[in-house]
Amino acid sequence: MPLLEIQNLSVSFLTAGGQFKAVDGVTLNVEPGDIVSIVGESGSGKSVAMLALMGLLPWTATVTADVLRFDGKDMLTMDKKTRRSIVGSEMTMIFQEPMTSLNPCFTVGFQLTESLKVHKNMDRRACNARALELLELVGIPEPQKRLSAFPHQLSGGMSQRVMIAMAISCNPRLLIADEPTTALDVTIQAQILDLLLKLQKEQDMSLILITHDMGVVAETAERVVVQYAGQQVEKQEVRGLFSNPHHPYTSALLASLPERSQARKLPSIPGVVPGQFDRPEGCLFSPRCSFATELCRTTPPKVASHEMGRALCHYPLAEGLPVGHPENREAAA
Amino acid sequence: MITFLLRKLGVLIPTFFGVTLVAFIFIRLLPGDPVLLMAGERGMSEERHTALMKEYGFDRPVWEQYLSYIGDLAQGDLGKSIITKKPVTKEFFTLFPATIELSLCAIIIAVFIGLPAGMIAATRRGSVFDHTVMAGALTGYSMPIFWWGLLLIIFFSGILGWTPVSGRISLLYYFEPVTGFMLIDSLMSGQEGAFSSALSHLILPAIVLGTIPLAVIARQTRSAMLEVLGEDYVRTAKAKGLGPGRVIGLHALRNAMIPVITVIGLQVGVLFAGAILTETIFSWPGIGKWMVDSISRRDYPSVQGGLLLIAAVVMMVNLVVDLLYGLINPQIRHTE
Ligand SMILES: Nc1ncnc2c1ncn2[C@@H]1O[C@H](COP(=O)(O)OP(=O)(O)OP(=O)(O)O)[C@@H](O)[C@H]1O
Ligand SMILES: [Mg+2]
Repeated sequence: MPLLEIQNLSVSFLTAGGQFKAVDGVTLNVEPGDIVSIVGESGSGKSVAMLALMGLLPWTATVTADVLRFDGKDMLTMDKKTRRSIVGSEMTMIFQEPMTSLNPCFTVGFQLTESLKVHKNMDRRACNARALELLELVGIPEPQKRLSAFPHQLSGGMSQRVMIAMAISCNPRLLIADEPTTALDVTIQAQILDLLLKLQKEQDMSLILITHDMGVVAETAERVVVQYAGQQVEKQEVRGLFSNPHHPYTSALLASLPERSQARKLPSIPGVVPGQFDRPEGCLFSPRCSFATELCRTTPPKVASHEMGRALCHYPLAEGLPVGHPENREAAA
Repeated sequence: MITFLLRKLGVLIPTFFGVTLVAFIFIRLLPGDPVLLMAGERGMSEERHTALMKEYGFDRPVWEQYLSYIGDLAQGDLGKSIITKKPVTKEFFTLFPATIELSLCAIIIAVFIGLPAGMIAATRRGSVFDHTVMAGALTGYSMPIFWWGLLLIIFFSGILGWTPVSGRISLLYYFEPVTGFMLIDSLMSGQEGAFSSALSHLILPAIVLGTIPLAVIARQTRSAMLEVLGEDYVRTAKAKGLGPGRVIGLHALRNAMIPVITVIGLQVGVLFAGAILTETIFSWPGIGKWMVDSISRRDYPSVQGGLLLIAAVVMMVNLVVDLLYGLINPQIRHTE
């Protein structure tokens, strides 16, 4: 039984300009011990999808799904209290901006032990001991001293380590890391990633890693979901994704990796992710796709087979060539 | 912490001198002098007037009067009232508890209603409750104290006959002041009905005086709360699976309190200003009424001394607020 089952998850926001669908039909299964990566450019709804799962979206959001199950328990129908007993204990999340994610008014120790008090009913001594253990686990020097420190006395990397310690404090089954390294220095980024992978293995938890860095995906994940403008456009094993991407968007993302590029100038994908007011009809990627035809611009594509990476494309790529494309041009064109 | 205090004091001392100067000049700018006003409608001969002015030392050049006033001040002497002949300090401290009692009740009403109202309005942004609170706050804020006071008196005292119109307690009761706070003294006196009499005298003026601070606190709490509720750390608190009580009442509130505390502190000055009007409307024997009476009698020493002491109290409260501010906001405490 999968630990996490999501089928057809959609989120729309009530905005001044009407409803805006930020996540559209996301489907995802995570097995115990899995590492799944969700990639995509800024604005493709990666955070929103996971925040919806955690129940952290503001009231302007409407969340719908066919199935939303964690550990066999239906998260759609459960009451708020039951949900809160899972969120923060069995299913936890760390965020993009470590510096603002810690409460400036409370000490590290207080914030670190809060989940333990609430979920595990631990007394103060036990909490303190566990907090020390956690800080050591995430590699914070002088943990005893750090317990009484306030967040503004910590660097970004330290803050993220504290966030990680908080997230794993109750031994979660699933950790969602939302771009945990985006706001950090390059040298720190690698350390934090290593730490997450180490903890994933030691604690035997599942990890969903959100990123827009294909390099990170290559180093860490087992399975990859590529998301674009709220839709999942491709799902594959890491190896397959890198050697044989099936969606033109994935292929373009890979082409913009520095180490994969032969040209002197880095190729980039022209244009940006469509926002609320410039969503095209048909395929959402069509305005930026080099293979787009009239069909792509007018008709939303269907999901391709499992062998074709469930690509959301009229002409999914096979070995770089668009299958069924009228001109059947080369991918390099 | 010590340097923090010293720096605050460094600002306070010049402010203090400013207040002495302003109070001194202001009262002398008003037409008429204490001697003339004492004589009243009977009038007074030119020679007697000159003699009396000389006796009080008001014939000397103004700067000389100021210097001698500062000289006395340096020795802790605020002078004697021209009218009652009692030391200004003594008068002040006899009347001060009445004003404190009134102001304290006013601020308690303001905080205990304004804070929750602002909090709930923020968490239910756009709801009927939110709109009601905001409309109420705007009305309360723009309500002239005089008019509002009279309105309440007409309704509760006149039409309903629930509350008395003036004073601190019914004339039926008498006991020696111990603390100076009527609510406490009446309780300690053990006289039946004394406490409820004191309370019924206090309630209307306290509401009138508390209205503007209440409006300000409710609005400030709402906007601070709205800002804080969108912060990442509030999302983190929710992500821990904490209930709304902890998320809003602890994580959000603690941060929202930082600007609110400052505003509450600033309301102390507003309270004293409002106390002058409120005490006059309700004949409340406190500092405000004393100041108004002293000004109209041109009781120079009382006005000078009274203003100075009021300023001192306001500054002290602001200092306490600054300290509190540091206590809740660790960022301030550590960078000082
Ligand atoms: N509270 C909200 N109200 C309205 N729209 C929102 C809200 N939160 C997010 N969105 C919109 O939803 C879309 C997806 O946002 P999301 O934060 O999930 O992107 P992302 O893939 O995580 O990007 P990034 O890499 O920048 O984190 C964006 O267009 C964003 O503007
Ligand atoms: Mg994001």
